[in-house]
Amino acid sequence: MSRSDDAQAKEIEGDAHPAAPPKANGAVSYIILFFIIGFALSVAFGWGLFPRLLYSQKNQPVDFNHKLHVALVDDGCQSCHFFRPDGTFAGSPRMAQCIDCHSEMQGQSENEAIFFEQYVLKGHEVPWRVYARQPDCVFFSHSAHVYGAKLDCVTCHGRTGDSERLRPYEENLISGYSRDIWGHNIAGFKQNTWDRMKMDDCAECHARHDTLHDSSVQTGRDACFVCHK
Amino acid sequence: MKLSRRCFLSFSIGGAAGTALTPLPWKIADDLSIWSQNWPWTPVPADGAYQYVDTTCTLCPGHCGIRVRKVDGRAVKIESREAAAMNAHGGICLLGLSGLQLLYGPTRIPGPMKRNGQRGQGNFAPVTWREAIEDLTAKLADIREQGKPQSLACLAPEGDGTVSRLMQRFAAAYGTPNLMTMPSMADGYRAALRLTQGIDGHVGLDVENCDLLLSFGSALLEGYGSAPRMMRAVNRIKAQHGKLLQVEPRLSKTAAKADLWLAAKPGTEADLALAMAHVIITRQRYDEGFAADHIEGFADFAAMVRRGYAPKAVAKTTGVDARKIVEAALAFSDAKRPLAVWGRGKGQMAGSLKEVLAVNSLNALMGRINRPGGMLGIPAYDYIRWPEAGRDGIAAAGLQSGRADGGGTPRYPHAGQLVHRFIDRVQAGKSQIQALLVGECNPCYHLAHTEQVKAAMDAIPYIVSFSSFWDETALQADLVLPSHLYLERYEDIPLTTGASRPLVGLCRPVVDPLLDTQHPGDTLIQIAHGLKGSVAEAFPWTGYTDCLKQSLSGHWAKMIAKGAWMADNAPVADWDRAFNTPTGKLVLMNAELAQVYRAKAAAPQGDAERYPLQLIPYDTIRLSSRYGGSPPFMVKTVSDRVLKGQDGFVQINPDTAGRLGFAEGDRALLATPLGQAPVRIHLDAGTMPDVVAMPNGLGHTTDDPFLAGKGVNPNRLIGTVEDPASGMNMAWGIRAKLIRA
Repeated sequence: MSRSDDAQAKEIEGDAHPAAPPKANGAVSYIILFFIIGFALSVAFGWGLFPRLLYSQKNQPVDFNHKLHVALVDDGCQSCHFFRPDGTFAGSPRMAQCIDCHSEMQGQSENEAIFFEQYVLKGHEVPWRVYARQPDCVFFSHSAHVYGAKLDCVTCHGRTGDSERLRPYEENLISGYSRDIWGHNIAGFKQNTWDRMKMDDCAECHARHDTLHDSSVQTGRDACFVCHK
Repeated sequence: MKLSRRCFLSFSIGGAAGTALTPLPWKIADDLSIWSQNWPWTPVPADGAYQYVDTTCTLCPGHCGIRVRKVDGRAVKIESREAAAMNAHGGICLLGLSGLQLLYGPTRIPGPMKRNGQRGQGNFAPVTWREAIEDLTAKLADIREQGKPQSLACLAPEGDGTVSRLMQRFAAAYGTPNLMTMPSMADGYRAALRLTQGIDGHVGLDVENCDLLLSFGSALLEGYGSAPRMMRAVNRIKAQHGKLLQVEPRLSKTAAKADLWLAAKPGTEADLALAMAHVIITRQRYDEGFAADHIEGFADFAAMVRRGYAPKAVAKTTGVDARKIVEAALAFSDAKRPLAVWGRGKGQMAGSLKEVLAVNSLNALMGRINRPGGMLGIPAYDYIRWPEAGRDGIAAAGLQSGRADGGGTPRYPHAGQLVHRFIDRVQAGKSQIQALLVGECNPCYHLAHTEQVKAAMDAIPYIVSFSSFWDETALQADLVLPSHLYLERYEDIPLTTGASRPLVGLCRPVVDPLLDTQHPGDTLIQIAHGLKGSVAEAFPWTGYTDCLKQSLSGHWAKMIAKGAWMADNAPVADWDRAFNTPTGKLVLMNAELAQVYRAKAAAPQGDAERYPLQLIPYDTIRLSSRYGGSPPFMVKTVSDRVLKGQDGFVQINPDTAGRLGFAEGDRALLATPLGQAPVRIHLDAGTMPDVVAMPNGLGHTTDDPFLAGKGVNPNRLIGTVEDPASGMNMAWGIRAKLIRA
């Protein structure tokens, strides 16, 4: 029973003494204290703990050295991440491309041994975890952006070609997609164009370069189904 | 410090305020939306390189050209192909589109299997191909050693390519005359062509150039011949103000589109055609020049129709008003390029020889033979020129023993084969068959009176199925040698069903074989090689591909490049050589034909008193009644007035239903002299009174989770009725009654 309830009860019982004034200061300070505790804990949870709980870290099956390979090939990224003759993008290389050079073991590194024994000899594809994989409902044409808009790979994928190791793949436990889509910063802030790959980031670049189309009669802009199939 | 409710509330509000200042709510909302738009349990096919493979669909005799889209090694979509095939302008039917569900479906047989336990229990154990072939060849060698090669029977799907010829060659080399193909309208057309034109081949229908189509129950818009080709032809005729006339006891999709619908009583179609001939002849509407120069027996034919087929008389037997018969005959004869087509439904049902002759006589009277927009007599393909197979004494003796079904004998001279008689005789123990090879077909489901077919199977000690699916027949087999599906193999596909051009399509592998199956050609060659001696010598090829390449010789490269090849035996336009009859004319009537026309139409099986209704099966483009059955995509398109849950519906005229006391959706037992089945009632004013119509393609009894147990197979309730003229099965339904369930 609260204080006001007590006072009310006394009034009803006909007590002639006026009710004692509540100890307002002490109560309010407690209330503020608990507010601050709740506030602080939730802020700490939301900014600190939540991102760690949301993503699980998974290592790639083979720790691939992009820098080493880029130095050895003639055509940069497109040596392995190439366009097929029909214009579609091949994405991560398959074993068919790898064994052009790796039909025999190349060097003595531990990673090469894993790659050669587990995949080349057994004829299995390497189950790469693709950092930039968009949800299945998103249609994206590499050809339109690389050949049409003359974008380089770095604009969206960062300096992957300079990396010597593959960072862990962070999988979102709710959506199942890569952390690279939302971006590493849990608030969605970005410093570079390649920090995020959400729809707003597509739209930002399209707006900046005045490449909005008018495929929707209603909005006079890009219709949803240009990208969302 | 005392913790009060207010402190707790304050803590919560602080928490909520704090949370709102973190990305948590927005991030969770975003992730949940992505999750809900991409349910993780929804399969997403892997991405990969796209590729298209052009091939030929062999799921029905229409043999359309198809294009299969692949992503890496996986076929993901079947599309139509504007091909030099049946569907020259593209188009594809529902079955053709759904073919991938057959390829990747759950009812495929993973590899060779040998029966364990009792037949029909469905217990099979996997064996290797080598063991399976050895097992079979030991059995077949034993039968030959007994000197009874004729006690091997072979039942194959219809066809004219190398796979069919290999089966024929195997039967001949082994020494059995008992090779049969599944019955279809091709049997009737073939017999009619031989009788009237002296040609051993197939009938071509130039639907691309006719301006009127008169169809005797043919499901032109529901899968007759090549479905897209026929649909296009009907659309063209209608667009050019031509006419479509349909004779059919129910208002099918084709009848609904027709300019004139003649609902003749089932089984009286031949009379109707002859009544139309009566009108055409008595009103001098026929092509007099053609009749004078190229028809033999015109006067006798005219006398016959004058005598017995006046529209008024025929109106009584057919139930079609005499004025309508005259109207149809006048429309037919008024058209510049009319064409009468025959073959009930999709052409997979049997029919009477008299009927096909009567229908063809309409084409002949109007001079629509071997002319643009007419009916063409196309000689059989002769590109397969293998050297004569040597026969040893056992084979020669076996081939002399005569066919178990009586086909081609003096008693049944017009029928090349009579599968139903074979079944009858085997079941009755009159024919000692020790082994049966069943090609890629499903007689235990498709032949009439399936219970009798199963009983006949029980009387055969050793059954081998080449089926790729666990269908009703494979489940009855002792040994299953599963074949590659059409998307996994090479095969030459000579177009026959109604094709107006002699074209050989190529079926080629789209994907690597998914399971431990074999090309049926390879299997046959291996069996022959296993039998050694003259049987092995008749098969001088290392395998089927070798055989196919040698058979097509110089055309192989052309077929690989173009997907089809126009064979040399083009229809003969030279009238002096058009008909291979003694007089060089088309025979409209002679002693042989007179005998056929004289034969009384056999009544449907059953006593009309006890069974006042008539059950007729009908074909719909939404269901396949062929080998492989209907894939799930097709079953999903079936109306809930045909199939609702597991319940199959029969269509019945509201007047008949009212008289019997049935309302829409009522449950009933449909009884025929051969058995009964639970059905539900759908009232359909387009169905002729006293007729019960049931779709073909339902009522499978296998373990197919998507198809079995749904509806009723009409073949379970309908028996055979022998055509008195030819011996072929001409059953057009059966007498039936509906009992309140």
